[in-house]
Amino acid sequence: MNIVLEVLVSVLIVIGAGFVLVGSWGMVRLPDLMSRLHAPTKATTLGVGGALLASMFFFFGVNKTLSVHELLITLFLFLSAPITAHFLSKAYMHRHVDPEKTLPRPGRLGWSTYEAAPGAGDGQQNEEQS
Amino acid sequence: MIDYALNFGLVAVSLALLLNLYSLFKGPSTMDRVLAVDTMVINVIALIVFYGIRQQSVMYFEAALLFAMFGFVSTVAYCRFVLRGNIIE
Repeated sequence: MNIVLEVLVSVLIVIGAGFVLVGSWGMVRLPDLMSRLHAPTKATTLGVGGALLASMFFFFGVNKTLSVHELLITLFLFLSAPITAHFLSKAYMHRHVDPEKTLPRPGRLGWSTYEAAPGAGDGQQNEEQS
Repeated sequence: MIDYALNFGLVAVSLALLLNLYSLFKGPSTMDRVLAVDTMVINVIALIVFYGIRQQSVMYFEAALLFAMFGFVSTVAYCRFVLRGNIIE
């Protein structure tokens, strides 16, 4: 294998593993869930992206054909990490955060995750209550 | 040189998995535990990719893809279950 490619794969592996470790350490270290969400969703996703890039370049060096299907996992993780974080924080807020005490009152309408939309029809109401 | 980097990578990801396990047992609320399991799935993807590089086999790619998809779906399903009480309304 080419020496430049070997150095590139090694550096990407070390960077990816370091970011994965930093993400998990941040999840242990940070105080509560809303700040704890930052470490896995950002650092760990970037670390897995580095590992998948390393795998892509390594198999380019071995097989001499560039296969981009590792980018598929990277794209999927980069798309799904914000959705996961949003769902986790929303479920946490509904169970543990009291909006009257901790959150500032927004103007005329309430927080959209706690209150129904102002012009919501009957279908929306039925879906909320079921 | 790739062997040394792979050894470092496997050790670091295994240490991260142990930290996740500690966070899974410690987590005060349910959502902390869901977050720990979600991070654990992502770390297992990295572990599978490193193992595939070590074995020089592209067969492990499909396993990593399946882990990515099922991890996302299971986390979203668990959050909806906590939020609404059922998954498919």
